[in-house]
Amino acid sequence: MNNRDTNSLKRVIKETITSYKIESFIVLVLIIVSSIANVYGSMFLKSLIDDYIVPLLSQTVPNYTPLFNALMELVMIYGVGILATYGFNRIMVTISLGTLKHIRDELFEHMQTLPLCFFDTHAHGDIMSVYTNDTDTLRQLISQSIPQVIVSLMTIISVTISMFILNVPLAVLTIACGLLMVYTSKKISAKSGKYFIAQQKQLGVENGFIEEMMEGSKVIKVFTHEEQSIKDFDQVNDALFEASANANTFANVLMPVVMNIGYISYVLVAVVGSIFALNHIAGLTLGGIAAFLQLNRSFTNPIGQISMQLNAVIMADAGAKRIYEIIDMESEVDDGIVTLEQIDHDHWAWHHPRKDGQDELVPLRGDVRFENVNFSYNPDKQILFDVSLFAKPGQKIAFVGATGAGKTTITNLINRFYDIQSGSITYDGIDVKLIKKADLRKSLGIVLQDTNLFTGTIMDNIRYGRLDASDEECIAASKLSNAHEFIKHLEHGYDTMIHAGGESLSQGQRQLLSIARAAVANPPVLILDEATSSIDTHTERIVQEGMDKLMEGRTVFVIAHRLSTIQNSDAIMVLEQGHIIERGNHEDLLKQKGKYYQLYTGAFELD
Amino acid sequence: MVKTLLNEVKEYKKDTLLSPIYVSIEAILEVFIPFLMALLVDNGIEKGNMGSIWFYGTLMLVAAFVSLWAGAKSGKHAAIASSGFAKNLRKAEYRNIQNFSFSNIDAYSTSGLITRMMTDVTNIQNAYQMIIRVCVRAPLMLIASLIMAFIINIRMAMIFVVTVLFLGVVLFGIIFIVSPIFSRLFSRYDFLNASIQENILGIRVVKSFVRKDHEIEKFRNESETIFSIQGKAEKILVFNSPVMQLCMYGTIILISWLGAHQIVAQNMTTGELMSLFTYTASILMSLMMMSMVFVMVTMSIASGKRIAEVLNQESDLTSPENGVQTVANGTIDFEDVSFHYGNDEDILSHIDLHIPSGSTLGILGTTGSSKSSLVQLIPRLYDVTQGSVKVAGMDVRDYDLKVLRDNVAMVLQKNVLFSGKIKENMRWGNPNATDEEIMEACKLAQADEFIQLMPNKYDTYIEQDGTNVSGGQRQRLCIARAILKSPKILILDDSTSAVDTKTDALIRQAFLEKIPHTTRIIISQRVSSIQDADQILVIDDGKISGLGTHEELLKSNAMYKETFEAQNNGGDFDEQ
Repeated sequence: MNNRDTNSLKRVIKETITSYKIESFIVLVLIIVSSIANVYGSMFLKSLIDDYIVPLLSQTVPNYTPLFNALMELVMIYGVGILATYGFNRIMVTISLGTLKHIRDELFEHMQTLPLCFFDTHAHGDIMSVYTNDTDTLRQLISQSIPQVIVSLMTIISVTISMFILNVPLAVLTIACGLLMVYTSKKISAKSGKYFIAQQKQLGVENGFIEEMMEGSKVIKVFTHEEQSIKDFDQVNDALFEASANANTFANVLMPVVMNIGYISYVLVAVVGSIFALNHIAGLTLGGIAAFLQLNRSFTNPIGQISMQLNAVIMADAGAKRIYEIIDMESEVDDGIVTLEQIDHDHWAWHHPRKDGQDELVPLRGDVRFENVNFSYNPDKQILFDVSLFAKPGQKIAFVGATGAGKTTITNLINRFYDIQSGSITYDGIDVKLIKKADLRKSLGIVLQDTNLFTGTIMDNIRYGRLDASDEECIAASKLSNAHEFIKHLEHGYDTMIHAGGESLSQGQRQLLSIARAAVANPPVLILDEATSSIDTHTERIVQEGMDKLMEGRTVFVIAHRLSTIQNSDAIMVLEQGHIIERGNHEDLLKQKGKYYQLYTGAFELD
Repeated sequence: MVKTLLNEVKEYKKDTLLSPIYVSIEAILEVFIPFLMALLVDNGIEKGNMGSIWFYGTLMLVAAFVSLWAGAKSGKHAAIASSGFAKNLRKAEYRNIQNFSFSNIDAYSTSGLITRMMTDVTNIQNAYQMIIRVCVRAPLMLIASLIMAFIINIRMAMIFVVTVLFLGVVLFGIIFIVSPIFSRLFSRYDFLNASIQENILGIRVVKSFVRKDHEIEKFRNESETIFSIQGKAEKILVFNSPVMQLCMYGTIILISWLGAHQIVAQNMTTGELMSLFTYTASILMSLMMMSMVFVMVTMSIASGKRIAEVLNQESDLTSPENGVQTVANGTIDFEDVSFHYGNDEDILSHIDLHIPSGSTLGILGTTGSSKSSLVQLIPRLYDVTQGSVKVAGMDVRDYDLKVLRDNVAMVLQKNVLFSGKIKENMRWGNPNATDEEIMEACKLAQADEFIQLMPNKYDTYIEQDGTNVSGGQRQRLCIARAILKSPKILILDDSTSAVDTKTDALIRQAFLEKIPHTTRIIISQRVSSIQDADQILVIDDGKISGLGTHEELLKSNAMYKETFEAQNNGGDFDEQ
């Protein structure tokens, strides 16, 4: 894919042809056969009148045998034509659906390899619409427009040849009219294309408006803001109407214009042809005119057909561009060489191949160190400044600070969702950059504030942590995290289906499931990012118990805004605008009487 | 359903009618042209009459231009009619959604409503345009061509009748088989979308658990299913073209054979034979078009149903006629109130509660204990299922809904700011608020300080969902917005959870000083936020478990005591 600027449409077609070489070839042959059969039919009409009907008129006892034989021949040729038509249409189904599936799969597979910043910087609705709206434009293109254009082109070529054989001046006249049709449809479709793009844009705007208002619909009610929001909506909606009406007007006008230029061409040929025939110019006969007029229709019709496809082609081009934009995006780089190896049931080790050929096995312990780490998501705003910290195996490290202080960023760096600009992060003494990302992440369990459950049963969701976990292991994990209690009260227990991220469960229940999911993975290092923030104090005690059991013997990084969750940590890091400003355990920090002390005592200031 | 939708055509009726009229002119002329052609060949060329050639040629040119004009006109009116219809449908949907009650809103998902307003309406728009253009054009062309064929030669025309019947049966047979497969396909598409969405939303989890391959396999299965269902449908649809050719070619051969006999028998001219060939094409094309429209209409039925569902959804909570126009004070009474959503079990049962005007009520309870449901009954976001809620001594159902809600300000648990300037967001509370009033409210909510630090201060643009302010800042802005309503009652539903304890205390202090006469209800999971309240309500599983002051509850209520002690071991903060 070194040529990214080339037309996206060409790329779709090229990829389609390369993955279906034989099929594409057969399709092309069949289309040619089918077109030839069609043109042969038109040619036959010339001989029908001149060679068969006119002689019949002069015979006293009409002999129909030659006509019968000729028609039989035509039956056979048409028969072949029909079979060819069926054949290429049928193969085209395989090609078009196969290509669509291929593109969708490729898109999804590639998306899975994209770095997290792709998901953080693209609107979700926008990514979704690539799979739906944009791939749909390709379906139209591959299954309808491309075959239609090929058929039409083939017809145009063979008809052109036939026309020149039949009569050169009339052929030139017809082609001139054809060029006029192409020119006009280009002009019109440029206009409609412009408005179609405006329409797509306006659709996006309105989509966004509705999304925002629907999400906030309860706030609208509370503020009795309904009328104002209707007024705002009407404005957006009217703009969409304008663009849509204009786009469709030009698209609708295209067909009658092209068709009627076709008729004008027909009339011109008829008049000019008649003049020729009557004055015996260019050897034209009555049958000749008839056949030529038939060819004239066969010539202008496919031009009309192609111009009808123009809008679809414009839309597909836009769709293909958006698809390839994602497919061409750089994947997450993973040049790690250190892998994770299981020693026995509970023990793992890092397999570290050395340059001297001596492989080293480093036991997995969960020792994580940051040394002078600097990081920014984008160059103009540094997020972390010179952060150094260490977590010995089994220690609990807490991060405290305001939103935007860099707490979550630190955890994003440990599992290499993002890469640091300078400094180093080591895991059991190995630079995390040397570790294969998949293995690194396998060794880290994560529980986030957004639970992100997946469609499937509760059991499936717990097993997401480790796909080969048995039912017993999943149940044990949910007992550990205190999720078992509510699950067993559900009507279908562990077989309860979860839809739409678990809407039927309470936030607390969802959180318990996500903790169970991390528990079943049994990782040596855990990251808990606001894992208990949406659980009330009462439920939290239940969860906390389970979490304490889960945290036993593991290195834990915890972000929380509730002091009770973090005060038994081995070390607490107070972050402010990307700097660690205080560190130590709870007692140390209270003694320091610094920021932590202020935060901690803030709760009691009014007393 | 059709009637509900068509009600929204409204001002575009004229365009809707004009389009088929112009289409008819166009179609009739299109059929007339080959007829003129036959006359031109027979009377002009055969007789060597140049005058006739010019006459019919000119006539045909005129016909072509008129047809072009009519076609363009009809295209324009059709575009306006269908875009306008779509506009009105979206408008009507949006308007009706604004009338939805909270329980109506709960019944639809945001993405579902967007689909109903965008994709579904677009489907209807396309189908509508198709119908007003092609549904008139195709049958008209078919009939006119048949009539012309009959005028030329009755016996030959019978061939057309047979072919039309045959092709019609086959085409509609194909559609009959295919359309159920297509509707299955569309529901699979929904699955595919849902699974993509899930994957995108949960990408952190996917990556953390290294479930790339698992996710890809799931996706492949889904796309494989779609591939096979779609394949099934298209493999049947593929018969359309060859069958069409079969009829066309068959007709041509039959006409050639029988036509030759007719010409020999002097019943027909060669010019007429040529016209018949032209009609073959237009008759079969129009049938093809009709079957295409049919497919489109079948596909859009599902969309139409979904739109009609929104349009016909009546709000289950309406403002009474001649409702009371003033709220005298901020007294609130719950009298034997029970409440449940839909047909579920009661989630609030037999609540009795008196909240004097100007007092503060704190509410504490576990998640799912129905705290939010309880307070949402006050501004009538839901209606009680038993008993009554009274504000200033009057049942909330007797108030004009707008008046009631304007006097009961509520900061929802799920706070939303809208994209726009801070000032604009604030004016949601009071459209006529002066800059000073806005600043006053923001000072009260402890928001002024951070707003002053922003580069554009009160003109700072808030992104959708307020993503460019922190959680605590967003909550403070939402409180300020509610205060701007100058309500008699102010309800904060866990609205300071992300605000640090110190600021939280300052906000409550400001309430006491600046709006002492407003009744305040504060739901919080932090005891510190509510312990100074005049009354504290402890709610458990939809029932009152304790009611009293901080000191009283510490003695009498185990749950309150437990929570207090748990939190007293440490504060709760997010920012300084």
